[in-house]
Amino acid sequence: MPSSVMPTTSRSDGHPSPAAVSTIGLRKSYGDKTVLDGIDLHIPAGSVFALLGPNGAGKTTAVKILSTLVSADGGQAQVAGHDVAAAPDGVRAAIGVTGQFSAVDGLITGEENMLLMADLHHLSKREGRRVTAELLERFDLVEAAKKPAQSYSGGMKRRLDIAMTLVGDPRIIFLDEPTTGLDPRSRHNMWQIIRELVSDGVTVFLTTQYLEEADELADRIAVLNDGRIAAEGTAEELKRLIPGGHVRLRFCDPSAYRSAAEALREVTRDDEALALQIPSDGSQRELRSILDWLDSLGIEADELTVHTPDLDDVFFALTSSTVPSPRGRRDQPKDAR
Amino acid sequence: MSTLSLTLRDSSTMLRRNLLHMRRYPSLTLNLLLTPVMMLLLFAYVFGDVMSAGITGGGADRSRYLAYLVPGILMLTIGGTTIGSAVSVAMDMTEGIIARFRTMAIHRGSVLIGHVVGSVLQCLMSVVLVGAVAVAIGFRAKDATALEWLLAVGLLALVSLSLTWIAVGMGLSSPNAEAAGNNALPLMILPLLSSAFVPVDAMPGWFRPIAEYQPFTPAIETVRGLLLGTEIGHNGWLAVAWCLGLTALGYLWSRSLFGRDPK
Ligand SMILES: Nc1ncnc2c1ncn2[C@@H]1O[C@H](COP(=O)(O)OP(=O)(O)OP(=O)(O)O)[C@@H](O)[C@H]1O
Ligand SMILES: [Mg+2]
Repeated sequence: MPSSVMPTTSRSDGHPSPAAVSTIGLRKSYGDKTVLDGIDLHIPAGSVFALLGPNGAGKTTAVKILSTLVSADGGQAQVAGHDVAAAPDGVRAAIGVTGQFSAVDGLITGEENMLLMADLHHLSKREGRRVTAELLERFDLVEAAKKPAQSYSGGMKRRLDIAMTLVGDPRIIFLDEPTTGLDPRSRHNMWQIIRELVSDGVTVFLTTQYLEEADELADRIAVLNDGRIAAEGTAEELKRLIPGGHVRLRFCDPSAYRSAAEALREVTRDDEALALQIPSDGSQRELRSILDWLDSLGIEADELTVHTPDLDDVFFALTSSTVPSPRGRRDQPKDAR
Repeated sequence: MSTLSLTLRDSSTMLRRNLLHMRRYPSLTLNLLLTPVMMLLLFAYVFGDVMSAGITGGGADRSRYLAYLVPGILMLTIGGTTIGSAVSVAMDMTEGIIARFRTMAIHRGSVLIGHVVGSVLQCLMSVVLVGAVAVAIGFRAKDATALEWLLAVGLLALVSLSLTWIAVGMGLSSPNAEAAGNNALPLMILPLLSSAFVPVDAMPGWFRPIAEYQPFTPAIETVRGLLLGTEIGHNGWLAVAWCLGLTALGYLWSRSLFGRDPK
């Protein structure tokens, strides 16, 4: 097996940082539909990386390529220091994968599924039984252990799926929508388990539709849209990217609105809704100074709401081509705090 | 771990998985036995008297026709069982766990080898069961030596192996279980068109090539020769050559199908 050199592990600042996953210009198309159109990633070992994106953005495709399930059409990808195309077995030895769709053997029991994994990881009989018992316990599957997996509920299958991925202590874990279909308790349980894995130095690559989940877990987040990474950074960095935080003033009287808009100048106007948006981080101090400023100008709005940006805003702003209007959504009253 | 021991270890793990499936769902295996057993009874008791006229050249003799019939029925059993293998491979490929296997550092072919070995064992078990029914209704091979029995069983196993690899290829190339069942139908039809029920000499001239140039006829003639002492001639080598050829073909075909990106 060729031991691969990793050109991508040196960042531009010259300091090599061990990358668990790195890609350059990764491309994939199905027929004439381009799914991934040049993806560059650099995921340091021991971190949690979340890939967000609307349905059909190519998240699963990215996971499939990085986990050696399908081959890319172009670009390079290295996982655990091995090229996914040239040394797939090196990659496979380091990773654990829980795909978007259930990957359990429905005809045999949950316990047999776990023992099957232990055998395929070449664990001894004793070790295999120990790991199986431990993981079944950890994922709350002891009672169901002796039942055929096809009789499990969706959430139970999901948990078994992830338990099977953890047999063999993978150093890099791919989780494609790990908590979809889990109830709130199981979801928090899963988050806890992911945090424990990370504290053991495991690298986690997850995709999710729950922005809250990315916010909770991920060190870095990338938003995939139209086959490209639309933005990448920490949750904080992403939130700063978009003009999300603001104070919104709404007027009933058009003439009051117009005079306020002229007086305030540095604001975003929404003429239809007769609303003005003043950028703000939402802190008490800034809010007070805004109020003082409005008072000094003699502006009296009929409604004042404070908006802080969340990942939802980032998501909608960055993937706006696929949703009707991020503005329209943000104007809904439920966003007001 | 060396490649060979990795292959053996992972393949035996996969075999255990397949045997577990068979044990949990025995009805699938048993259903496959229905057709050959029915054919055996039908030909022995209903058509037997008429058919035997073509073989013994005169007087009806059911027990002699039964002896003629059984080797062909055993091949038919194998053909039918391998259709089941094609179906179960196609079904298995739609299971998510196959994707999981593909992302694990295991021997790539172990999934298929597990299916093949499991299917060969299933074939042999079916042959034993159908053979037992044959013996129960009066089939005897008194003159066969132990070596001849061994060779006959060996050939049956070899036929199972070659047809299973072909069936696995058929299963892999089919989008779903029903399609696999249809695509694999020739495995059951070919023995019907062979010398299983009547000798090639008794067939109309235009039909003879169909019966002659296919794997089942030489294989059946060889088993007949081994168990009943009829002339084997070149059929022995022909049968072995067919089997080895089909095994190689089925193996390479299956491997290349499985090596492709999954859909
Ligand atoms: N095997 C395939 N053949 C053809 N097109 C495919 C195939 N797999 C995926 N696609 C297409 O690629 C695009 C990306 O699919 P992918 O499953 O990666 O999206 P995703 O981001 O995971 O979406 P979701 O959030 O719905 O899971 C989709 O348009 C899909 O139709
Ligand atoms: Mg997906």
